[in-house]
Amino acid sequence: MATAYKTIVKDGLWENNGVLAMLLGLCPTMAMTTSATNGLGMGLATAVVMAASGLLVSIFRSYITQEIRIPVYILIVASMVTLVDLSMNAWMHELYKVLGLFIPLIVSNCLPLARLEAFASKEPPAQSLMDGIFMGIGFTLALTAMGAVREIIGSGTLFADASLLLGPAFKLMEMHILPPDTGILMMILPPGGFLVAGLLVVGKRILDVRAGKAIQMGGAHSAA
Amino acid sequence: MKQPNMLSHGVILGIFCLGFGALLAVTNSITEKDIAARAMEDRQNSLSQVIPDIIHDNNVVMNTLTMKNNLDKEITIYRATKDGKITGVAYEIFGTGYAGEIKLMLGVDATGKVLGVRVLAHKETPGLGDKIEVKKTKWILDFDGLSLGSPPLEKWKVKKDGGQFDQFAGATITPRGVVKAIREGLQFFDAHKAEMLADNASKAQPMNGEADKAHMKEEH
Repeated sequence: MATAYKTIVKDGLWENNGVLAMLLGLCPTMAMTTSATNGLGMGLATAVVMAASGLLVSIFRSYITQEIRIPVYILIVASMVTLVDLSMNAWMHELYKVLGLFIPLIVSNCLPLARLEAFASKEPPAQSLMDGIFMGIGFTLALTAMGAVREIIGSGTLFADASLLLGPAFKLMEMHILPPDTGILMMILPPGGFLVAGLLVVGKRILDVRAGKAIQMGGAHSAA
Repeated sequence: MKQPNMLSHGVILGIFCLGFGALLAVTNSITEKDIAARAMEDRQNSLSQVIPDIIHDNNVVMNTLTMKNNLDKEITIYRATKDGKITGVAYEIFGTGYAGEIKLMLGVDATGKVLGVRVLAHKETPGLGDKIEVKKTKWILDFDGLSLGSPPLEKWKVKKDGGQFDQFAGATITPRGVVKAIREGLQFFDAHKAEMLADNASKAQPMNGEADKAHMKEEH
């Protein structure tokens, strides 16, 4: 009954990508993608929460009855978010200063909840952990791509402050693409978020059509 | 049939809440100390930017008193001392920007001169209003060394309003709010100078604002 790992990986990263296919979790997506670094950080924090809550829900899935599943899912996601929030504040403080404000937003992200309902509540723990990890990585990739596009056009840089997030060794990643003060400000303001999200979704569909695949409705693959 | 079912749902939900509640309580107790230490470091960092190291030999975070500012908000005054004498104070000031409150830390020496100002938090437009951050431009450093008399009070405005401070291209409201906050911060210092600089607290324990006020009354 369990889904094959290959399918889980493909679904998470591309076919059923949380942002680009299912259009879930758009609140943190819009808020956090003003730079590639922010998108990457937010994506990774979300991936940790999704992996942990997927595993937990799957372990307890036989005890979680139909009637109380939603409050239990929210309880688990919120607990994991608080756990990440507290540990980051204590032990990864520099990163916390960049992302701290947005960590609580993960609770309001409907992507973890959707995966718990559609996947972890039906599948064994190992598969659910994998699904959490790869859905999380897919989410991270989408957010980083969106952040990169908005940052290059909006501020003319790429991965600015990446060393704050990943450590001094990643200073190399910080690039200046355009001369300073030439960016189109709108791209890092909310309208830019909608524009880039829309364009990336179109881009994904074009690639899918080129590859000869029929376009699926978002989420139909496993949420049905 | 229905009754025991309802009950079991409640029990299961209760057990989950209890379990995760306990997990969070444990996490909190493990991280509590580290988080407090980080918060202390953060405060020390922001203070060390507005109070130069050479003017004090105490831990500025520890020598505090609490006062009500002009907006009737409780603020903490951090005091720098050298050889037991108060050489400067730092406290939070608040301005109104384009998109809400701007929180700043203002350092003032004992004669009322600005030692330094830094933005702690703001919601201004990225690329326009965020030029008040020292990370983006050096604009905020222009205030160092100024005081209420220099420039004269009517010049404590942005250029557009007839003052002496630059506004940014495309953003006037943000710098206007910051200039006003600093001017009011200095006026606050002027009005409460004696209280802030009363040096009886240098040896006593921190947080003795009440004792200072009592001391003040005796003097008058």
